[in-house]
Amino acid sequence: MLYLYDGALDVPTILKEWYEAEATSNYGAYIPFVGTVRSEDEISGLSFDIYEPILKKWFQSWQEKAHAKGALIKMAHSRGDVMVHESSYIAAVFSPKRRVALEFIDEFVEDFKASAPIWKYDLKDNERVYALDRSTAIHGSGLLGVAQ
Amino acid sequence: MVRVEFLGPIQKEPLELDIKNLNELAAILQEDKNLGQWLQNSAVAVNDSLVSSLDVALKDGDKISLLPPVCGG
Repeated sequence: MLYLYDGALDVPTILKEWYEAEATSNYGAYIPFVGTVRSEDEISGLSFDIYEPILKKWFQSWQEKAHAKGALIKMAHSRGDVMVHESSYIAAVFSPKRRVALEFIDEFVEDFKASAPIWKYDLKDNERVYALDRSTAIHGSGLLGVAQ
Repeated sequence: MVRVEFLGPIQKEPLELDIKNLNELAAILQEDKNLGQWLQNSAVAVNDSLVSSLDVALKDGDKISLLPPVCGG
C-alpha cells in the first residue's frame, strides 16, 4: 500500500487512517517511522521527484517479503516541495508480533534510502539544488560509463 | 526506435534512437561530454526493470531509463 501526495504529508490523518484500517486485522504491532524536514544549512525546505513505475515495483517486492512473514507495509511519500518542520515520508509495518515489525522497518527504510527512485533537492535562496552529496547510487550503477 | 529517458536531476530531453542493444547506447551517450558524471553514477532500466549488464537486446518501442543517485525520505 503505497500512497503519493503532492506537498507535505498530513501525518496525524495518515497515521490515524492506517491505524483504523487495520484495527481488526489482528496485528499485535504497528510501528510507524515519520521523516520530517529539519532546519539546517539555511534551507527553506526540500523538494522531491519520483519515478513511479519503478517505485511501485520496488515497493511490491518488499510487500511480498512482508506478506511472507505475516506482516504488512504501508508507505506515504511527498512529491514536490515540503517545507522545514513538515513531513515528507511515512513508513509503517504491521505484524502479528513486535519483533518482525521492528526488524522489518529497519531493513525496509535502509533499502528505501538506497534503492527507491526518488530524488531530493534543497530549497535554498529560491533555487532547487539536487542533493548529490546525500544521495546514493543505485546498486549496479555506472554500466553506461564503461568504455566500449 | 527506442526511447531513452533521463530521470530526476539529469537535465536532458528524451532521445529516440535506432539501436539494437545497450552497448550501442553506451557508445552514443559517451560522446555527449555533458553526461559524463551521470553515466558513471546512474543505474539503467529497460521497460522499468533495472538491468545489471549491457548485454541486453533492444526491440522497437523499448523504454530505457537512466536513474541517477537517489535520496528519498
